[in-house]
Amino acid sequence: MMYPDDRKYSEEHEWAMEEGDLLVIGITEHAQTSLGDIVFVELPEAGSDIVSGDSIGVIESVKAASDFYAPISGSVEEINQAVVDDPAMINRDPHADGWLIKVKSSDPSELESLMDASAYGEFVKDL
Amino acid sequence: MAEIKKTALFDAHQKLGGRLIDFGGWMLPVQYKGVLQEHQACREKAGLFDVSHMGEFLLEGPDAEKFLNLICTNDVTKAQTGKAMYTAMCNDRGGIVDDLIFYRLAPEKYLMVVNASNIQKDWSHIQKEFEKRGGTANLNLTLKDESSSWGLLALQGRLSAKIIEGLSGNLDVKSLAPFACTSGRMAGVDVTLARTGYTGEDGFEIFVPVSQVVSVWEALLEAGIPQGLEPCGLGARDTLRLEMAYALYGHELNEDRSPLETGLAWVTRLEKGVDFTGRAAIEAKKSAGVTRCLAGFRMIERGIPREGYPVFDAEGLKQIGQVTSGSHSPTLGQAIGLAFVDKSGTEPGSEIRIGIRGKNLTAEVVKTPFYRRSYQT
Repeated sequence: MMYPDDRKYSEEHEWAMEEGDLLVIGITEHAQTSLGDIVFVELPEAGSDIVSGDSIGVIESVKAASDFYAPISGSVEEINQAVVDDPAMINRDPHADGWLIKVKSSDPSELESLMDASAYGEFVKDL
Repeated sequence: MAEIKKTALFDAHQKLGGRLIDFGGWMLPVQYKGVLQEHQACREKAGLFDVSHMGEFLLEGPDAEKFLNLICTNDVTKAQTGKAMYTAMCNDRGGIVDDLIFYRLAPEKYLMVVNASNIQKDWSHIQKEFEKRGGTANLNLTLKDESSSWGLLALQGRLSAKIIEGLSGNLDVKSLAPFACTSGRMAGVDVTLARTGYTGEDGFEIFVPVSQVVSVWEALLEAGIPQGLEPCGLGARDTLRLEMAYALYGHELNEDRSPLETGLAWVTRLEKGVDFTGRAAIEAKKSAGVTRCLAGFRMIERGIPREGYPVFDAEGLKQIGQVTSGSHSPTLGQAIGLAFVDKSGTEPGSEIRIGIRGKNLTAEVVKTPFYRRSYQT
């Protein structure tokens, strides 16, 4: 699996990609494969503040609930209602249509500290 | 740490891309292609499960029936030769040691099938019961733990009979009634075939000598896959049984809960005329009044109930129990669960609340099973 190099990745298997002055956040292909069929998503509310490393939502497969961790800090500007209504979209297209939230970053240096695509590719290879 | 055991199909599961996990000490596939797809295949066509981890005990001899009737809650004398019976096995406190199916293979020969996680516990319980009931001086039977000699496959779904008929062999599948069992040849192997299962569909459980289980597995896949059969993992096995509200040991059932509290009154024959282990305690509980029960519920507010989540009354004020199993129901497309709760206030139609990550979300108690198949066998 080649991970897109237009974004950064966290050890908790989230990605963050710049889009204008916002960061789009989702979970990785590795994460969706590990979870299996996703049937429920709970996202933070638009307008709420998030802190990097905190659990800010839940992604549930048939078998289990997993935390969704904020890869960066900031305020949530938009959530993807389409994945709330159809969680399987995350399985189908985790890196594009299956995005989860858009965030206005409060600390641009956080993005720099995340892994790039090749580092993340190495990281998941060892799991 | 005990060594993790593999079934005879370990390599076959890997070859099929199964995601293998440690399930109670056994490496078994939780899924192959995906839980939802496997669940749906079983509901609509057929699914094939490796359940070789289950335990098998053989009881044989003139007193096999008598002894089995002393350790089981159900009336063993009602099981005819060639038939299966579901029962609980209790301790002296009336708590459930295990729930199991036994097959009366011959007039004096019974095969008990017990939960994998309970094999050692059940075996020592049965040994103790045997001694308690007078041992060999009083009971003429032999007891054998044959768990490692048998592979067990479950072929489930409406196409199951058709798939078996397509294999070589001499089994009269059509005339095998639900809960009946027979022996014969299938795909060149001597097997014992029973029309039983754990999914709510028509289907069969196939006992195969462990050395030949791979060839039967492969023959069933070869015959079934063109008809829509999918190999199914533990994930689908769990969602299928949950839609039927079938109790699972370690979740709904344990040694502190009696059969009367866990929906197993129908296999608990207090009046059968035998002082079976646990009878006095269960009778005492019955006289005192059963105050707790298993209830099926569906979520009204969005959220998925999971084992251990607290259950509250309609106002969300008083905790009345906890979730024992919960998931998204693939067939119903909604979140469902089973809970062990106070009996009053949890009749079907009652509103309850499930505590999910600090929020008390509304759910409704419903009649079980959640799913009923629509075809005749």
